[in-house]
Amino acid sequence: MTTRLAAPERGWVALVWTHLHKDLRIEWRSREAINSMLFFALLVVVLFSMAFDPTAAASREIAGGVLCVATLFASVSVLNQAWTREIRHEVLDALRMTPADRSAIFVAKVLANFFFVTVVQGLLAPVFFIFYNLRPLGNGWLLLAVVPLGTWALVANGTFFAALSIRSRNRELLLPLILFPIFLPALLAMVLAVKTILTGDGSDPHLLWLKMLAGYDIIFMTVSLLLFDTVLQAE
Amino acid sequence: MKRLLLLLAFVGVALLMAWGFYQAIFVAPTEATMGDVQRIFYYHVPNAMLSFLFFAISFVASILFLAWRNGSPVRAQTADAWALAAAEVGVVFCSVVLVTGPLWARPVWGIWWTWDARLTTTLILWLIYVSYLLLRRFAEGAQMQTLAAVLSIFGALDVPIVYMANRWWRTQHPAPVFGGGPDSGIKDPTMLAAFGWNVLAWAAWGLMLLTLRVHVERRQQRIRHQQSVAALAGK
Repeated sequence: MTTRLAAPERGWVALVWTHLHKDLRIEWRSREAINSMLFFALLVVVLFSMAFDPTAAASREIAGGVLCVATLFASVSVLNQAWTREIRHEVLDALRMTPADRSAIFVAKVLANFFFVTVVQGLLAPVFFIFYNLRPLGNGWLLLAVVPLGTWALVANGTFFAALSIRSRNRELLLPLILFPIFLPALLAMVLAVKTILTGDGSDPHLLWLKMLAGYDIIFMTVSLLLFDTVLQAE
Repeated sequence: MKRLLLLLAFVGVALLMAWGFYQAIFVAPTEATMGDVQRIFYYHVPNAMLSFLFFAISFVASILFLAWRNGSPVRAQTADAWALAAAEVGVVFCSVVLVTGPLWARPVWGIWWTWDARLTTTLILWLIYVSYLLLRRFAEGAQMQTLAAVLSIFGALDVPIVYMANRWWRTQHPAPVFGGGPDSGIKDPTMLAAFGWNVLAWAAWGLMLLTLRVHVERRQQRIRHQQSVAALAGK
């Protein structure tokens, strides 16, 4: 692999792009993350469908939850992978020694993971709508705002906590244990927003859940950016 | 001298707890609509108030740890001991709240549990701090202390969001007893006295537990430090 070490004078955006480009290229060559996530999420959707055997009306009620939980479970393994890849050959230590801004590494990782999860959701969506016989009764276009915002909440926090748990014992186990409780408010907002859209019950005329999701994203992204250096340099 | 003080503290707290118990069970009048089951209130509410206090102590101590960890390591270690001890005692108090709540809810509401604003917030708070304690077991040394402090900040940010989310969502929990509106507050003076004594007794018990735990943790920190110094000296 060509090494394109970022010199400090290369601006922040160029730095993000360098990291992002590297991650996307690794994924393009292996397709590990997307394939495993896709199959896992598909399994979760099928499992839920069999476990609950829902009618069309009940599907609308639970579909949002199933979509969120499927994404959540599927992305955990990939989020762990994102940083363990950097541990091999001490890449992470090398990154820590560069004079570049650490937040660029974090943002690039979040963008890469966000891209992977979004691709999986895009591929999964048709299957999901077929298996659950879904037809949004509300404003279906709003899903294009709700789902990315929820995914961002998951991926930003997940990337942060994966970096946090990377040097612990049992890091694969630890990530979900600390990520899920923190992610709960976003999960709640995402599930309720999707449910309102699918059932079209008009219970949320001011898009309160969408706003809450956006607020959650802004708050937690800010704190993650502020604390990422502390986590990366924790010794 | 130290032993005598400790003994006096133990006796004092035990007497306070016994007096609080006597006030709550025998002196306070039976509530008009709920009957004797209302007496759980004298344990449930003080424990809830104090668990929030302990989590707040843990949060502040975590911030202090992050602020001091490079400049003054000794103070930082003390802050870390407080953060850990307060989180542990807080989880104990929060568990009492989560157990006494359903015991009261079953006869009064007819159900053990409901996903209401304060119940959900308390449960998530409990989950977050359990995951905090888990993280502290999964990682080691100064690195773990930093990571735990970061997680504690995330957890503290989560709580107001969950609380607001649930307020918009649904609520069944009784309105706040104090500061809940013009009609709030305990009207019967003996009830108020019983409540006050129990707050005092549980606070004394909790603070004693907290200081003892901080002492134990400080000693363990010193032992670990001596061990690592000895290992470095090659003994």
